[in-house]
Amino acid sequence: MTSIRIVQSAHEVPEKIIQNDDLTAYMDTSDEWIRTRTGILQRHVSTGQTTADLSTSVAKKILAQSDWQAEDLDFIIVATMSPDYMTPATAAIVQSRIGAKNAFAFDLNAACSGFIYGLRVAGDLLHGNCRKGLLIGSEVLSKLVDWHERSTAVLFGDGAGGVLLEHAPDSDSEFIASDLKTIGELGDRLTAGYQPVNSPFTNDPADPHKRYFEMDGRAVYKFATHDVPDSIERALKQARLLVNDVDYFVLHQANQRIINQIAKRLGQPTDKFLSNVANYGNTSAASVPMLLDEAIQAGTIKRGQTIALSGFGGGLTVGTQIIKF
Amino acid sequence: MTKDEIFSKVQAIIVDQTGEDAEKVTLTTNIKQDLDADSLDIFEVINEIEDEFDIKIETEDGIETVADLVGFVEKQLAKEQG
Repeated sequence: MTSIRIVQSAHEVPEKIIQNDDLTAYMDTSDEWIRTRTGILQRHVSTGQTTADLSTSVAKKILAQSDWQAEDLDFIIVATMSPDYMTPATAAIVQSRIGAKNAFAFDLNAACSGFIYGLRVAGDLLHGNCRKGLLIGSEVLSKLVDWHERSTAVLFGDGAGGVLLEHAPDSDSEFIASDLKTIGELGDRLTAGYQPVNSPFTNDPADPHKRYFEMDGRAVYKFATHDVPDSIERALKQARLLVNDVDYFVLHQANQRIINQIAKRLGQPTDKFLSNVANYGNTSAASVPMLLDEAIQAGTIKRGQTIALSGFGGGLTVGTQIIKF
Repeated sequence: MTKDEIFSKVQAIIVDQTGEDAEKVTLTTNIKQDLDADSLDIFEVINEIEDEFDIKIETEDGIETVADLVGFVEKQLAKEQG
């Protein structure tokens, strides 16, 4: 198998921090309620920065840390469910802003699993004839949240994270295995951003509220606590590894209670499951690369370690990528 | 499976999830009020019961006490055998 290496990583969040207590001004909730049910203490929220702005910032940080120029990039993929436009793609805006004129660029939407799906796509491109690429997960979910709906508004935040990937035949780093699964029949359990069909020829009767996050909490909880461990186990089997061989698990940061339950189901100690949901809330496709970057910068994740990255969310989608970092 | 067998399995699941002593979890125990269980604890208890008995619990409406849960499981199991 050709080796693929994560060369650099970076993340970016809007400056503005909203504490749990700040939310009580908009809805009937409390810090205690949010903390005990989700593990979230605060989230960063955009005061105008867009998904493309956050993505560009990540791309610039990554390039500044590396020896590469923007022209060296073969591709840019932005995983997002909250793009600035339907077109141009967020990735195309980033390509222009950083001057990556040789890169083809496109967005990928697999909601909270977007970064994991992106790793598979990027890995396949790098197994082909691409040599270097940028994969970014970036979201401004605050524009998809009804800030008076306490069952969903307390959960989400804005942010972006990304990695520079390279085809590295001489390196020990590897993309070992990937497992992706989509359960479209449960798609209506978690929705956001409905685009009404409004034109001179039709009048879409859909509830305008469908623009905002709507979630069947118990269905999503059941899906996450069953399908994520199953996906990790399938990926490990493919990799011919045992769950104990994994040094760290980097899971989508939706809810600390879900992460703890997944750890329990896998029979693993929770300290192997890295977490930053307390500081950022659920940032969908951005959560895995933000957490990965923090762990790399902190020296927790080191070269040679086996890391399991998993995403789960809207679609419903779930996926696991096993890497040797 | 007898009602007692169902009860002891349900009791073990509730004890495991909520960290309560087994003596506190009786048929008349109200899961939310007596055990300080929140909505995610309930999700998890239902999750575990579905896995343990291989049944589906579509809604938690009407389930308040441990007896309600045991009764529901008993009915579902009977339906599947019948």
